Amino acid sequence: MTTATSPAAELGPEGQFWAHLRAGRLMIQRSRSTGEYVFYPRLIAPHSGADDLEFVEVGGFGTVYSTTIMRRPAKHGGDHNACVVDLDEGVRMLSRVIECAPEEVHIGMRVQAVIALVDFGAYANSEQPIVLFRPVGAAP
Amino acid sequence: MTASSLRGKSTIVGIGTYGLGRAPGLSSMDLMAGATARAVADAGLQLKDIDGICGGTLYHMFPTLSMGEYLGIRPKWACSDMTGGSSFLSHLLQATMAIEAGLCTTVLIAYGSNLKQAGTFGIHELPTFEKVYGLMSPLPGYAMCAARHMYEYGTTRAQMAEVAVAARQWAQLHPDATMKAPLTIDDVLASPLVADPLSRLDCCLMSDGGAAVIVTSPDRAKALKHKPVYFLGGAGASWSREVSQIPDFCTTPTAECAPRAFEMAGITTTDVDVLQLYDAFTINVIMFLEDMRFCKKGEGGAFVSGGRIAPGGALPVNTNGGGLSFAHPGMYGLFTLIEATEQLRGNAGARQIADAEIAIAHGNGCTFSHEFTAVLGGANTL
Repeated sequence: MTTATSPAAELGPEGQFWAHLRAGRLMIQRSRSTGEYVFYPRLIAPHSGADDLEFVEVGGFGTVYSTTIMRRPAKHGGDHNACVVDLDEGVRMLSRVIECAPEEVHIGMRVQAVIALVDFGAYANSEQPIVLFRPVGAAP
Repeated sequence: MTASSLRGKSTIVGIGTYGLGRAPGLSSMDLMAGATARAVADAGLQLKDIDGICGGTLYHMFPTLSMGEYLGIRPKWACSDMTGGSSFLSHLLQATMAIEAGLCTTVLIAYGSNLKQAGTFGIHELPTFEKVYGLMSPLPGYAMCAARHMYEYGTTRAQMAEVAVAARQWAQLHPDATMKAPLTIDDVLASPLVADPLSRLDCCLMSDGGAAVIVTSPDRAKALKHKPVYFLGGAGASWSREVSQIPDFCTTPTAECAPRAFEMAGITTTDVDVLQLYDAFTINVIMFLEDMRFCKKGEGGAFVSGGRIAPGGALPVNTNGGGLSFAHPGMYGLFTLIEATEQLRGNAGARQIADAEIAIAHGNGCTFSHEFTAVLGGANTL
């Protein structure tokens, strides 16, 4: 059997996003015609309805728009940060800031994406990395 | 001001609650049915008089089928629009349209939840990118909205605590309220943080309970027991579903739907005698009052301070004690309609607002995702 179908073509928009992360790339959709970035991954762009979304690699730099400390007992992993980050490309992502104490994360803080395996959430202890953030300037 | 053709075209004629707080052994449908029986009796009707059903629970994918079957009602019209806790206010508008269109005559809007017994305190259907980060919903989203409001406008935790204290003072005047112990600003500030800047006492209760209202036409209401409470206006707006898609963490869709509801009713903020605002968290009340234009954006914290919304204050808000101190069985929207109805009937006992003629009932769904503002009025407002 021969096929011209690439593995990526068998994945939907969200599947492609995760596949890019597995390959170590933070890729976000952008419309070829309008230039607008779109997140979360979609088949068509919101508002414009543009159907020419393509994944492009982004710098991963952003600013914390808001943040909280989820207070958890130590037996459930202890306190951790939860935040929303405005990427410089203009999309907003839910995430966590790591590599600093939750108390140090603040609105307006410059952060940089980290692609990391995690022990929490839907992909806990799996081979699927997700997008976290670290303070800009923190040691890699 | 152009009032809509729907203004005054339906009335709330029956209200009921059941099993508030803890209801061991009862299912969400049992609690719905218990509240329905009380609402039907309150209206002086029988189950067989109901020919329209609206509702939903936290669990049922086909809620109006389950409700109709349980109650033995074959509705001519049904609606289970699900927008979270605001759904039941949305149902009031839809019931008004159905009654006015002649599709049915008498609509039951009902809800039940046994979530305290079941121990499920969050929303089951989580957006993908919230599940990925292991976040329960809806607490962190509201916490981040509160944090942003503090950052942009200087709102303080003490100002948010004013909302919780006012709610508790109102709850002390309601015989069925869950939380009646005295509460101070300092108590709220000393309460453990659960998601900064929100403490445990900035968060609504988690209760069992059912609630129901009966809606019919003004003509049919004339023959019934109570002074009718009229639907004067109602509008909803939805801007997002998940936290990361909220366009502005300091402005809710209330800024869009409240003006539309007020226009339909032909009122302004100065006409409002009493408000029931879905207070899932203390910050909600502050943002809703801003978005309804009771004060300017960013001034809500100062506005609610000094007891302004508490008993004896200039603007009574959440006179049953709200989701913070009355009861909160997962989705609270119907309780805003029930307390507004009590106030407009003049049946609110120790918490009655003198000569209340115009009441706002306002529901909130998911994380400031969907908002619905309803304007209700007494007989003199038609």
